Amino acid sequence: MRRAGTYLGVLLVAAYCLAPLAWQLVTSLRPPAELTTLPPLLPTQLTFEHYAAVFAGHPFGRMLLNSFIVAGGATLIALAFGSAAAFALTKMRARGFGLILAIVLATSMFPPIATVSPLYLLINGLGLRDTLAALILTYASFALPLAVWVLTNFLRQLPDELYAAARVDGCTPRQALVRVILPLAGPGLAATGLLVFIVAWNEFLYALTFTATERSRTVPVGIALFPGLHEVPWGEIAAASLIVTLPVFVLVLLFQRRIVEGLTAGAVKG
Amino acid sequence: MSGALRRIGERPAAFLAPAALVLGVVTLFPIVYVLWLSVQHYSLIGDAPAFAGVGNFARLFADARFWNALGNTVYFTLVSVALEVVIGLAFALLLARPFVGRAPMRAVVLLPWAIPTVVAARMWEWMYNGDFGVINYLAGADTNWLGNPYWAIHAAIAMDVWKATPFVALLLLAGRLSIPAELYQAARLDGAGAWRLFRHITWPLLRPLLLIVLIFRTIDAFRVFDAIYVLTGGGPANTTETLSIYAYKVLFQTLEFGYGSALAVAVFVCIAAITAAYVWLLRGSAR
Repeated sequence: MRRAGTYLGVLLVAAYCLAPLAWQLVTSLRPPAELTTLPPLLPTQLTFEHYAAVFAGHPFGRMLLNSFIVAGGATLIALAFGSAAAFALTKMRARGFGLILAIVLATSMFPPIATVSPLYLLINGLGLRDTLAALILTYASFALPLAVWVLTNFLRQLPDELYAAARVDGCTPRQALVRVILPLAGPGLAATGLLVFIVAWNEFLYALTFTATERSRTVPVGIALFPGLHEVPWGEIAAASLIVTLPVFVLVLLFQRRIVEGLTAGAVKG
Repeated sequence: MSGALRRIGERPAAFLAPAALVLGVVTLFPIVYVLWLSVQHYSLIGDAPAFAGVGNFARLFADARFWNALGNTVYFTLVSVALEVVIGLAFALLLARPFVGRAPMRAVVLLPWAIPTVVAARMWEWMYNGDFGVINYLAGADTNWLGNPYWAIHAAIAMDVWKATPFVALLLLAGRLSIPAELYQAARLDGAGAWRLFRHITWPLLRPLLLIVLIFRTIDAFRVFDAIYVLTGGGPANTTETLSIYAYKVLFQTLEFGYGSALAVAVFVCIAAITAAYVWLLRGSAR
């Protein structure tokens, strides 16, 4: 009885999480004429024309590419700089450990709206408006506190003797980091990288403000500003939504355990 | 080990420098810059910045639209975070029970959290559609959810709750699973029922984590932007206009960088105050 109750509950939770996505899938496959008729709840026939229209009528492919470059670039920078900082904090016993970590954490509380106006002026002044570089740098900085925090928690778990031994054997600190510590920190790097990638992939406010054309526009901006000549193209929006969700969906399916580890490393050990 | 290392002479600063540089230029410098902007009369289409003293903040205190936005933000934050924590806790306790398929279920629960907020908002916008929306169809209603001054903010809250509850549930689930099973077994042997197990084991052990989740969610909800921007843009009649949305409009639609920055500073101050209050609470509960 209790078991049946558990499974019923689990099914309800799954329905809660999936129903809006399922409706979006149904919408994206619905023939245009049936978009404005309910019932039938399910389309009488399936069509892929909305998917074709997304790529044919809009610079959607370009925006997908932009999103990949921006999220990938930000992830690489956040991992490189974040792991170096976490390494210095945990293994090299940098002085002021607590203070530095507190400052880093405090910056992660900053609301994006508070830094968007000065960053806009800064980026304009540097001639970086409507470039991917502006977004990569902004996202890397935005994600660094998270990366430093999660990686510090992971590196703390590696025994200090490893580092001491590498140093005594003649490694420079950089060699010790690259050859000894980082190879052992794989799970931590994976968890951090996934979190940073997803956050950067989804970011909207900075992307909306710092981009002007398809040259640097990312997918969330494209979807928010989806053009409609006379009426809102719901089928195409649904198709575009599912396409941009797909990479995240794949990451979540493959790495759900790592992502949750990263999330809890960020929160639980605080 | 420290003896050997001390002799070699460590230079951690070099490893901290790249992160410090990026954070300094892209996060800390802008915060100082926005404080400076907030005390200037400065419009992007007007003259060069001129010192305004507290002028922008005086204007802010007298600005009914600011107070409206603050009220909307507080209401949105309180209601959505409360619902997220209650529903998230229920989900976590349910998913902590033994069942087959925990891994795929975890992926399913991660999905709403992981998809872009803009996408989630577009999905809900379509479901809320007054003419062809599935919600009206299933409910047999005829409501213009996003166009109605009463319903619009609640529609935004429902979307936020849908998207953020899984995050709460997953963190609380991790916390719940880290409570040793022996505690429950021992208590059950002593004849404790489900409520007493929750009241005397789960709740006290989960409370510190719950506070941390509350901090994350409150701060996140308070700076809400994406969802509202897509769903309503702040309308109808500013009933869903939050602080971030109002500040954004002043900054990038009317191009008043001085006053807009003052609004942005107000958001910053509110969030700092919320964080400080929670840290104080957390200290209290740790004692």
